[in-house]
Amino acid sequence: MSYIRPEFRHPASKTNTSGFTRKDYEGALSTLCAGCGHDSVSNAIIDSCFELGVWPHRVAKISGIGCSSKTPTYFLGKSHGFNSVHGRMPSVATGANMANGEMAYIGVSGDSDTASIGLGQFAHVARRNLNMVYIVENNGCYGLTKGQDSATTDVGSSSKKGDPNPYEAVDLCSMALQLGATFVARSFSGDKEQLVPLIKAAITHNGFAFIDVISPCVTFNNTPASSKGFEFVREHREATGKMDFVPVRSEITTNYEPGFVKEITLHYGSVIHLYKDDKLDCTDRNSALRAIQEHDEKGRILTGLLYVDPDSRDFHKVQQTVKQPLRDLNEEDLCPGARSLNAINASLR
Amino acid sequence: MARALLPPLLAPGLSLMSEFLGLAYFAEVPAVLFDIQRAGPSTGMPTRTQQSDIFAAAYASHGDTKHVLLIPSDPKECFEMSAESFNLADRLQTPIILMSDLDLGMNDNLCEPLEWDDERAYDRGKVFSKEDLDDMSERYGRYLDIDGDGICYRTLPGIHPDKGAFFTRGTSRDEYAIYTESGEAYVRNMERLSKKFETAKDLVPAPQLHEAKKATRDGMIFYGSSNNACLEALDILAADGLHLNAMRIRGFPFSKEVTDFIERHDRVFVIDQNRDAQMRKLLIIECELNPRKMLSYTHFDGMPMTALGAAKHIASVLGGSNVTPLRKKKAGEKA
Repeated sequence: MSYIRPEFRHPASKTNTSGFTRKDYEGALSTLCAGCGHDSVSNAIIDSCFELGVWPHRVAKISGIGCSSKTPTYFLGKSHGFNSVHGRMPSVATGANMANGEMAYIGVSGDSDTASIGLGQFAHVARRNLNMVYIVENNGCYGLTKGQDSATTDVGSSSKKGDPNPYEAVDLCSMALQLGATFVARSFSGDKEQLVPLIKAAITHNGFAFIDVISPCVTFNNTPASSKGFEFVREHREATGKMDFVPVRSEITTNYEPGFVKEITLHYGSVIHLYKDDKLDCTDRNSALRAIQEHDEKGRILTGLLYVDPDSRDFHKVQQTVKQPLRDLNEEDLCPGARSLNAINASLR
Repeated sequence: MARALLPPLLAPGLSLMSEFLGLAYFAEVPAVLFDIQRAGPSTGMPTRTQQSDIFAAAYASHGDTKHVLLIPSDPKECFEMSAESFNLADRLQTPIILMSDLDLGMNDNLCEPLEWDDERAYDRGKVFSKEDLDDMSERYGRYLDIDGDGICYRTLPGIHPDKGAFFTRGTSRDEYAIYTESGEAYVRNMERLSKKFETAKDLVPAPQLHEAKKATRDGMIFYGSSNNACLEALDILAADGLHLNAMRIRGFPFSKEVTDFIERHDRVFVIDQNRDAQMRKLLIIECELNPRKMLSYTHFDGMPMTALGAAKHIASVLGGSNVTPLRKKKAGEKA
C-alpha cells in the first residue's frame, strides 16, 4: 500500500526481549495496491518477529517472482534478502540454509510461483523438510500480469474478468501434507489474531513450516463471485481450534483461556496451546487431510493450524551436516590436504 | 547468499539452468558449474563427446550476459581448475563454468599425478567482515565499485546486527541494492559488469603456447580434450615440413596473450569439436578479428578427435605433401 509513512516513533516505544522496537523489523514502503492482503501478511511477519524477539540480522528473506515475492522488501529491512527466479525460491533457500543453518529463513511465494511454475521445487523442499517458513500469499490469480486465473483458483470462481474458472484447483495444504511437510497451516490475511501466532510457531518449528495465507487481490480478484475475495473468505471460513504460541523463554502460566485442551511442545521448548476441540487432531497427518476435505465438501475453508510434527528432523539433521556456517570453515576444516591426495593417486596406479 | 554453489551438470542441464545463470551474473553471486559437454542439441548423442556448449556457456541466459569459462584438457587440469574456479568465483563474484567434456568426464585418461600444495589458501575475494563494517562511517553499498575494477564488496548474512544487510534481486537496482527503474542507474551497473569482465581477463588461466621448430606465420588454436590429438597433429605436420605455432586456450574472456598470438600469424586454424566452429566464432566476435584469417577444422561425430584427421585437413589447406602418420614410419626413414 503506497502512502507516506511517518518516520516518527514514540521515544518510549516498547522493546522486545532482544531490545528491539517494532520499527527495527520494518522494511521499505510498499508499492502494492492499496488494500492488498499481502501488506497485512508483511505486517504479521513484522509483528511475529518483533514478538518473538528474533535478531533481524539472523533472518534471511527469500522469494520467487510475483506480487507476493516483492513483499520481502517491505519487512525486515535489516535482514539479507534475495528475490530470485520465478518458482525457484526453494532451491535458493536450500542453498542458503545448507550454507548457514543458524539463520531463520522466511520464504514468501505466491500461488502461481508455488502451484504452477514452482510445483516441482515446492514438492522437493517440502519432502526434504528444509528448516524454513514457507508462506504462500494465495490470491487465486496472477496479480502482477493483470489477474489471469491461477492454479489455486477454485472451479467456478470468477475474477474481475467474469469468466468462471473451468479447472480443478491445486490445494497447497493437502499437497504439503501429502509431501511430508512437518508444519502445515492455512490462514487469512484479514485475521491477524490467527496469523501472527501461526507465523511465530512456524519460525520456531524445526523443519518445513508451510502456511497458505488466503490474501485477496483487491484489484483483480475481489469480486463477489471469487472464492478468494474478502467477502467470500469471511463468509465461508471456519477456524480450527484457537491457538496460542508460547516462546521458550516465557514462563508458562496457567492463565489459559477456558477451553484449553492440548499442549504441543516444539523443538526448542516453545509451546503451542490449542483451544476448543474440534474433530481435528493436529498431530495426525490423516486427520488433517480428512478435515480439509470434509470442509471442502461443505464449501467451507478450514483455517488455522492443521498439522505439526513436534519431533520433526530437518534437512541438516537428516544429512548430518556440519553445525557451523560454511563461511566460518577454513582450509584446515575443509581441505584433506596433500597426504590424502597422494593416497588417491597411489590407489589409481 | 551461499559462498559458492556446485552443481555438476551434463550439457542439457546448462540450458535448464540458464535463467539462474543470468540471475547469478546480474545479482553477482559466486557459483561454480561443471559442464560435461556431450553431443547435442537436445538429448543429441548422450553417450558421445563434443565441445558444443561454448556459445551456450559463454553467453548463457537472456539479456546481456557473459560468463567466465575455464577449459581443462586432462584430469589433472580438471582437478587444478576446479580448485581455482572456487577462488575465481569468490574473487569475481560471478558464475565460473568449467568446460569439461564427456571424453574427459567419463573415459579413462592418463595424466600426471594430481598435486596439492598444503600452503595454498582460499581466496574469498572482497568480503566486508563485521570489523570492516564497524569501522565504516559511510553507508554500505553492495554494488558500489570502490576499487574501480568493477568488483564490489559483499557482506555475509548474520555477521552484523545493523550494518551490511542488502536485498538483492534480478531486477535493476542502484549501488545500494535499492530497486530502481532509473535508466542511468541500470546503464551504470551494466557498464560496471563489463569492467568486471575486463578484470577477469587477467585472472583466468593463461593460454599454453607451443612454438614451432621453424619460424612460421601459420598458427593453430585448440582447447580442452583436443590437446593430445592436436599436439600429435603438429608433430605429423612438422614431419612433413609444415610448421605451425600453437596455442591452447584455457580460459574465457580471452586475455591479451590470445589476441597477440593471433595477431602475429597470417593464418590461424581453430580446432573445434563442434559443427559450427564455436570457438573460432567466439574469438572473431570477442577479439574483433578478420574472419578470413581464422581458418577452421571441425570434428563433431561424437568420437574423440584424431591427430590424423586434423593433420590431413590442415595439410590440404596449406598445400603440403601427403601426410604420413608418424606411427607408420620405419626407423631411419627421413622425415
